[in-house]
Formats: sequence, structure tokens, C-alpha cells
Amino acid sequence: MKILHSSLLIFFLCLPGWLQAALTIEITQGVDGAVPIAVVPFGTVAGSSAPAEDIAAIIASDLARSGRFAPLAERDMIARPVEVSQVRFQDWRTLGSENLVIGKIETVGANQYRIQFRLFDVFRGRQITGHSLPATADQLRYVAHRISDIIYEKLTGQPGAFATRIAYVISEVRNGKKAYMLQLADSDGYNPKTLLTSAQPLMSPSWSPDGRQLAYVSFEKRRAAVFVQDVFTGKRQELAAFAGINGAPSWSLDGRSMAVTLSRDGNPEIYSMRLSDKKLKRLTFGAAIDTEPVWSPDGKSIVFTSDRGGSPQLYRMPAQGGRAQRLTFEGNYNASADISPDGKSLALVHGEGGRYRIASLDLESSLLRILSDGQLDESPSFAPNGSMIIYATESGHRGVLAAVSSDGRFRQRFSLRKGNVREPVWSPFTKRK
Amino acid sequence: MKFIQAVAVALVLGWLAGCSSTGDSKEGDVAVEDHSGTAGDDGAATASGVGAYGDLSVESLNDPNSPLAQRVIYFEFDSSDVAEQDRDIVAAHAAFLAANPEVKVNVEGHTDERGAREYNIGLGDQRAQSVRRMLEFQGVAPVQITTVSFGEEKPAVEGYDESAWSMNRRVELVYVGY
Repeated sequence: MKILHSSLLIFFLCLPGWLQAALTIEITQGVDGAVPIAVVPFGTVAGSSAPAEDIAAIIASDLARSGRFAPLAERDMIARPVEVSQVRFQDWRTLGSENLVIGKIETVGANQYRIQFRLFDVFRGRQITGHSLPATADQLRYVAHRISDIIYEKLTGQPGAFATRIAYVISEVRNGKKAYMLQLADSDGYNPKTLLTSAQPLMSPSWSPDGRQLAYVSFEKRRAAVFVQDVFTGKRQELAAFAGINGAPSWSLDGRSMAVTLSRDGNPEIYSMRLSDKKLKRLTFGAAIDTEPVWSPDGKSIVFTSDRGGSPQLYRMPAQGGRAQRLTFEGNYNASADISPDGKSLALVHGEGGRYRIASLDLESSLLRILSDGQLDESPSFAPNGSMIIYATESGHRGVLAAVSSDGRFRQRFSLRKGNVREPVWSPFTKRK
Repeated sequence: MKFIQAVAVALVLGWLAGCSSTGDSKEGDVAVEDHSGTAGDDGAATASGVGAYGDLSVESLNDPNSPLAQRVIYFEFDSSDVAEQDRDIVAAHAAFLAANPEVKVNVEGHTDERGAREYNIGLGDQRAQSVRRMLEFQGVAPVQITTVSFGEEKPAVEGYDESAWSMNRRVELVYVGY
């Protein structure tokens, strides 16, 4: 049984300035069976100053957004333990919370904090894990997401993907003119940063496997070119600017090759570029549109879109080119694939009856499952732990982002206050200091 | 293979359509094939004069009554075939470009917003290539033509139904520097 929580807004209480550009997240379809958990507001060690971020609120928000947990509302908490000695498990059993998180923050220097937290199994009455993490003031949100990752992994057995980022494209009208921006934000929509602004379209961002670089397509010279930009330094270089299409960049998982679509030979074809010397190898041939390549995690094959059979469908070929095998047969439009991190399924755009929705395809059973409920949904991208798929949809004729759990049971929407947001790509797991 | 055949047939039909309409027009049967040659050789560029498609001088580009004023060709959903009724438009531009080999044209392919963005880049490219091939078939030098596909990224009309989509599935002929 699916429950609609149209009014359940995940709290965004912090710095009002961020609200302007941040993506706010609304859970649009909840699930029964989310595990009750209590994340008690973290205490401040005597003599320490309270930090600007509410660590517990960030963690609770992360866990709620995963769809796997139902954090207890702060107002329903009958105790606020900070130390182990203050925990009375009976209180939390009464409230039905299966797990409990407590923590405290200590100032250890100018802008330097130490954050301690403990995770308890309420019914067994014992600690599951406990950590102490250092953070500077501007790392507090990141460290809160790291704590969410640890809690999520302990309780589900699957790594958390909260301390990751999403890149996306925004278009808006400024002074009567279109402006395009390539941005990235934390996985909860906070800390948006603009990597590039252009008066001409930007599209198809693709993360490098180490999460340090983004490849994308820019029309800034009124023709398409593929660029690679360092996320941290902002430095960029032009990778492909041939006649015709320079599009659909996709990094191989060893980081050494980039698959791209070029039409320099007269037709949209997929090529693999060796990044060390930009040497190209053409992988597809024929008069059809071949595009949207994605590498399998083992690097052995490439899934792509082709209309060689008369309508756009997904195919798989060896990474060095060769005979392609058709993967999709249901519906007259299947395109824009992303491969799950375990390589076992695809997320794709499935068009049928004039509707375009996100679907998953189990590569072993060929079972196609529709996951989204929009009219023009596109650009699916897996979270690096495979738990969620982020995609672009429309709400009130504006482009917004949405995410759906891989099993389709749980959905949420990311909204901007103005402008259109689209083409989300979830970063790989990254290590940030 | 089928696609190539279809394009070839379309091109021949388009060419024939162009010829038959030539017969009807008041200017008679002035051919378009040799203008580019004479224009370059001995300064006889003015010899092209008024052809089957009217005035072929560069000034005609800015004449709202010239067939060259029509610079957008529309397409069916997920198709890159130039429709029967639009072939005269392409033929008029081909005659103009063949007569003015110093003029360059940018052939821009576009799609509606439905479906995948990069697939739409591919589709817009094929639309632009269809028009490019028709132009080249009718005597335009390859160096005069560049193609670019914007896919669904630059809609002509903002809208969310077929009336908007049909205006966005298009090829625009953009004359560089005019």
C-alpha cells in the first residue's frame, strides 16, 4: 500500500540565503515499512559553542529521504539524551523507535569541531556503533552526511550514498535572455555551486569515476563541443569539437576512455576516445542513430540507444565494438540508459502511448518495470549504491528533478524556486577531506 | 540500407518536383546547374539573373517576397524525411547557394521536447543531414554548408502540446553573415 505524503516537507531550516538556490526536497510517495528511528538533537559539550548546523536534523532528513527509515519527529521525543548514561531504552521502546542515535559536538579549536555519535539497537538495549569525526565549520554538513552513511550501512548492509553530489543543468530566463548553468549540489540539494554559465545550451554532464571531473556538452560557440572540467579547480579543456555532433560523453570506469557520439563521418555514431592521446576508435556503423553510450561496470560492454530497428531501442555491444544485441522489446521508445552499479539492471526512458516514464530493466530476466508517473520523464541516473534513481520530470510546466527508489516504492521531488532543472547525474562515491 | 534508399528516392522526387514547378513558373526553364561555375570564372556572376526561383542575387535574401524568405522546414515526429510540400523551399535555397558559392549556410536541426535529449541531438542531426544532402544533390558545394543539431535544446515555441511540438521539429537555414 502506497501512501501519499504530499504535505510532508523535509525540513530546510538552516541558512535562509541558501534557500534561494538550493533544491528543496519533497517526499511525494512514501512507503509502509520504513523503519522507525529516533535521531536526538546533538548536545554541545560544556564550554563549546553550538555550530551553525543542526547535525541531527541533517541525519534525520537523509534517512527519511532514503525511504528506508521513518525518523521520529523532534516534538514527539520524550527525552533528549546526549550521554550513554542518559539513555533509557524503555522510553524509545514505548515510542516504537527501533534504533536511536545520540551525539555531541565539541569545539576543539578555531572553527574546528569534533562530532561524536552513537547508534543503538533499542530492543536489544545495546550500542551498534559509535564514531568520533573531526570537522571544520564548512565541513559540518558533509560530516553529517558521512554519519548518515555509516548509520545506513550498519542498518541495511548497503553503503549509504548521502555524502555524494549531484550535477545538473539549469536553464532560466535572465533579462529576457536564456541562460544555462551547470551546477552541482550535495545529494540533499544543499551547497549548490555553479561550474559554468553560458548563453547557449549546456547538456549531458557525466562524472569521472573518481568524482573529480565532469564531462559535458557546450554549445557556447553555437556548435557542440565536449569539455572536461575539474570540479575543484574549475579548469577545463575541450575534448572533442569535430564537425557535427559532439555529444553524449560517458567515462569508462577505469577513467582511461570516454565514449562519445560524433557525426563527423556523416551520421551519429559512437566512438571511444583514449584520453591519454585523444585517439578515436569508431564503434558503430550504419545509417541509424547510434548514441547515448554507457559503460558496464566491468568495462567489457557498452549499452547504447539506436533506431536501427525502426524505433529507438537499447542495445549492448562489446566495448571495443562488434555485434550488438537488442535489450528492449516492450514499447516503441526505450532510450537514455544508465547501468546500475552492480551491472544487473538498467534505468531508462520508456515511451509508450505518448508518455515517457522512467523504467528499470532487469538484464537477466528482461523484466521491464515502470518506476515513475510523469508525462515527459527523462535522464535517469543511479545513486552510486544503486538504491535510488534520480531523473528529470515536469511539475507545473517547469523542469524539476525527482528520485525514485530502485524498486519504485518511494519517490521524492527536488524543486528549484525558479528556472528549469534537468539532466541530473549522481556522482560516484567520493572521498573529500 | 532502407534509410539510404528512402533518402535517395526522396531526393529524386524532390528534384523532379523542383523541375516540374520550374515549368509552371513565368521565368521558363532556366537551369540552375552552371551558375556556380560561371560565377567564379570571369566575373560573370551577374549572368545568373532571375532564375526558376526568382532573383538569385544575394540581395534577395532580405526580400520578404523571395522564396528564400522561407527558411524553416518542419518534420513529422521521429522522422528526418523532408515533406513533399517543403522540397521547393529547399530547392530554392539550393539554387540560390549554387548561384552564390561565396555564401555559406548553417543548417540547424531541432526536435520537440519528447524523449531522450541525446537521442534528440541524433535526430536533429539526421534532419540537418537530410537537408544538407538535398542541397548538395542540387549543386551546392559541401564547403558552403555546415550542420549543427541542437536537439530539443532550442525550441522555437515554448509549449507542451502538439501545436508547439510541431513548430519545434524543424530545420532552420541560417545564412552566415547576412
